[in-house]
Amino acid sequence: MFPVKEAAGLAHAEKKGIGFELRRLGMSFDGRPVLSELNLSVRSGEFVAVVGRSGCGKSTLLRLVAGLQQPSQGEIAWEEAHASGTPEYTRVLFQEARLLPWKSVLDNVRLAAGTDRDTAADALRQVGLASRENDWPSVLSGGQRQRVALARALASRPRLLLLDEPLGALDALTRIEMQSLIESLWAESGFTTILVTHDVSEAVALADRVLLIEEGRIALDISIELARPRERDSGFAYYENLILNKVLGRKEEPLPPAAQRKLSYSI
Amino acid sequence: MNRTASPRRRDVILPWTLPVLILALWQVSTSAGWIAERTLPQPLRVAETLADTIRSGVLLHNLGISAMRAMLGFLIGGGIGFALGLMNGLSKTAEKATDSSIQMIRNIPLFALLPLFIIWFGIGEEIKLALVSLGVFFPVYLNTFHGIRSVDPGLIEMGKVYRMSRRSLYAHIVLPGALPSILVGVRYALGITWLVLIVAETVAADAGIGYMAMNAREFFQLDVIVLSIVIYALLGKLSDSLAKRLEKRFLKWNPTYVPR
Repeated sequence: MFPVKEAAGLAHAEKKGIGFELRRLGMSFDGRPVLSELNLSVRSGEFVAVVGRSGCGKSTLLRLVAGLQQPSQGEIAWEEAHASGTPEYTRVLFQEARLLPWKSVLDNVRLAAGTDRDTAADALRQVGLASRENDWPSVLSGGQRQRVALARALASRPRLLLLDEPLGALDALTRIEMQSLIESLWAESGFTTILVTHDVSEAVALADRVLLIEEGRIALDISIELARPRERDSGFAYYENLILNKVLGRKEEPLPPAAQRKLSYSI
Repeated sequence: MNRTASPRRRDVILPWTLPVLILALWQVSTSAGWIAERTLPQPLRVAETLADTIRSGVLLHNLGISAMRAMLGFLIGGGIGFALGLMNGLSKTAEKATDSSIQMIRNIPLFALLPLFIIWFGIGEEIKLALVSLGVFFPVYLNTFHGIRSVDPGLIEMGKVYRMSRRSLYAHIVLPGALPSILVGVRYALGITWLVLIVAETVAADAGIGYMAMNAREFFQLDVIVLSIVIYALLGKLSDSLAKRLEKRFLKWNPTYVPR
């Protein structure tokens, strides 16, 4: 995979994640409700995945948290009292990399205010692209562009990283590489992460907690109690089926895996 | 077939093959008498005239005046076009206030204004500057406006996520994003500059290349007329190359503009 080196810059960031709470959050477009009465509390440093069918409002939720849109009802309360509005150290990774084609890879990473050359170069090293510093984005592959976008987000030491299906357009192998990269960077830096995805197995692989949104409401909220890094074993399949059954409206409950049952006996 | 010429050299030679061929044909047909001297002078005769006019300083004097007019007119018209394009591109209010007026003026044929301009400005420098500026204004304005409006909104949103100030948003995202379109306008405007200037100088001038040609007509100096035409062709080519260089310089990030 990628050489994930310890970055001096990120390791000693004092404040790591940031927590927040959604209070009766609602959003409607032209009178049509997209999200309604959403209550949710996210701990600092937590990795939350939001899954759902297209058009369920999951991306809207992310845009509200990012401050790119204002909610129609309710509010978002940030952990720190002084933080009104979306805290400054929030970064978003979109489905497209959104790199500036007229800036070199390094200059793209330096876009966030106050990012010096060394911090940017460090961030590029973290995503395994140190040798591409002086290239134009147009010569990179889709996966590489997305890694540059990730480096750009990391360079400013985010406390909240919002991922809006950032791996949706990548091929299967690149996806798996990117997933483990994101997981290790998150483990290392401790920022709060919200990942919006339509890929249930991606959500189970990465998140502490998976939310299923259906018709603008939270239909399922489960913690994934699996050790990291996660193998695609029976425990993994259990969570995957649990969520998929709910999404697809299947009635049967998946059998808890053997390991899981043993665990519950021992308690 | 001998293939010693490298592709690079071929690239340099190929564009000039056709002009040289035409020149040769011209020389042959005039010196053989197929075309009368009174219809079209021999290329060699034109070359002699070129040497003569350079020696006497007439050519450089007129060329300098024309070039100055072209440059000033381009700067004034292009500058105003760029500024207005920028303003209307960035502000919907400004667009509403001015765009429809600009579109109305744009649809007046430029040379329909000539009689009015001659009465207003006489045949001095102002009329040439006014005509060139007006001709250059529209392509620069339209392309600047369009360029700014077509900047990827996703990039602007990204800039907002990164808390870029309004100023650096313009400097790093909006302007560079609009630049390819602006440069298309500049290239187009450079062509228009010479076109308008030729007409303006033949109709109302007392110096310049166009004047040189018109003056030569009075004395039936075909060689001077043809020389003027050739010089215009070269000037046009020169400004087009300049525009291409600008594109290469400023758009080197864009694979469309940098042929491998």
